[in-house]
Amino acid sequence: MGPAMRTSLKLCCLMPFLMPAALFAQAAPDLASRISTLEAAAKSAQSAGDNAWMLISSALVLMMTGPGLALFYGGLVRRKNVLGTMMQSFILMAVVTVVWAVVGYSLAFGGSSLFIGDFRFALLHHVGSAPNADYAATIPQQTFMVYQLMFAIITPALISGAFAERMKFSAMLLFTVLWSLIVYFPMAHMVWGKGGLLNAFLGGKVPCFDFAGGTVVHITSGVSALVCALYLGKRLGYPEVPMKPHSLVLSFIGACLLWVGWFGFNAGSALAASPLATSAFVATHFGAAAAALGWIAAEWIENGKPSVLGGISGSVAGLVAITPASGFVQPFPALLIGLCAGVVCYLMVTRVKRMFGYDDSLDAFGVHGAGGTLGALLTGVFATNAVNDALKDSAGRTMPLGLVDGNGAQVLNQLIGCAVAWALAIAGTLVILKVCDMTVGLRASSEQEIEGLDVALHGEEGYIFEG
Amino acid sequence: MKKIEAIIQPFKLDEVKEALKSIGIDGMTIGDVRGHGRQKGHKEVYRGQEYNVDLLPKVKLEMVVPASRLEEVVRTLTAAARTGKIGDGKIFVYDVAEAIRIRNDDRGESAL
Repeated sequence: MGPAMRTSLKLCCLMPFLMPAALFAQAAPDLASRISTLEAAAKSAQSAGDNAWMLISSALVLMMTGPGLALFYGGLVRRKNVLGTMMQSFILMAVVTVVWAVVGYSLAFGGSSLFIGDFRFALLHHVGSAPNADYAATIPQQTFMVYQLMFAIITPALISGAFAERMKFSAMLLFTVLWSLIVYFPMAHMVWGKGGLLNAFLGGKVPCFDFAGGTVVHITSGVSALVCALYLGKRLGYPEVPMKPHSLVLSFIGACLLWVGWFGFNAGSALAASPLATSAFVATHFGAAAAALGWIAAEWIENGKPSVLGGISGSVAGLVAITPASGFVQPFPALLIGLCAGVVCYLMVTRVKRMFGYDDSLDAFGVHGAGGTLGALLTGVFATNAVNDALKDSAGRTMPLGLVDGNGAQVLNQLIGCAVAWALAIAGTLVILKVCDMTVGLRASSEQEIEGLDVALHGEEGYIFEG
Repeated sequence: MKKIEAIIQPFKLDEVKEALKSIGIDGMTIGDVRGHGRQKGHKEVYRGQEYNVDLLPKVKLEMVVPASRLEEVVRTLTAAARTGKIGDGKIFVYDVAEAIRIRNDDRGESAL
């Protein structure tokens, strides 16, 4: 017999059923402590659920870069450049990770100033299992940190589509490290960081809605891509020499992985396994579907043939455009945003690119720059508090979000957000390219370019079928 | 001895092989080649960028036969490879000076 049993024997000596009585006697005096135990259990259960979803989302977003984007881009280049192109995505999974750990996370999410973070989280100081309530109160800050890292990896990887098949590997490394520091971290802080200029929920001066990175990820990368394409110049022989994609099969697999990974990107941006995550998941899927149909339809009408490359390019354009809107819009506006993105991006990569003659090799600008801008603006139109009620006034009432809620001024805010992203991307990228050009040099030599970057820069070939 | 070099549509290869086998010709060398004669190529479009593909995939067969069998082989080959449409290919015939079997130094028609 334990001590508890002996106590209950004294209290209830007349009762024949000793065991139940003993348990009751123990619990009854302290209802408050029972409730607080239950509360802690409920909180821990929510935290476990949220953390599980956020870890899965982090992995999904990493999958978008490798193998998703690496395959998508790798298939679009010529056979002699397949490894070099895949490497430009893959190496960022390593390089940006180190930069992020040293200063990146801190510069994006430390402090609460207007334009850039501080060094409080440098070397991941204080970033552990305790949540950072400013951003995500139910998951360890380390989860939030690693989730945001995956965004910092894929964003510069997207740019590589513009300088594919001609940039030196060393220049690409230097470029992306500087680009992360000068363009990405400040932009991430301005839009998502506490007190950032464009932050909609944590005290920004110009509240701009960007749920998962229309401005932060797609405008910055897409516009920087255009600057890179213009600065580096065309690939040798473009556009007279045929430069057909060497394997649309690889691109197809990559694009489908991107589509799946994007659920982590957008639905994960709810930062919890919440109904908002579901809503973002649905909007994401609908946007991709409608955009694939939009691009294919445009192409079918114009060329008489619906192409696989058109279908997958369209789905990516839709995913890009729905990214800023995903946590703010209902399913049918999501379809509409996707449809617009499919048609607009199709016109960008066919008409506009031909009109100006720049060699945006894999259409990083045409898809991410244009799709991101379109999506960011349409977010101002279709954002509704029926989906996202996080914005409250001082009395705690839910505020109207976009034009459909009667807040037409939001479209102007979105426009300002886009303008800031465009300006930072153009200015930052120009400076960085100049620095790289003067130090390591940007372009591979014409001999290397003709031989192919795989052999010339990496000393290996993508396809060896003998032996 | 005559050497027959035939450039045919790739999808006709199996039919041609079967037809030649049925008249007792089962030695040949084949390779994947690209080319075109009077046949025009086709257009491919990748994100609005048009490419005219004029070198089309073909299969080249090479075989050496006794001169006495030349007509029969050519007749069989043309019949099997023909669709009647442009792009069916061509046959070229050459004189062969000598044939040697490496394994045992057989010479002439007995080496075929």
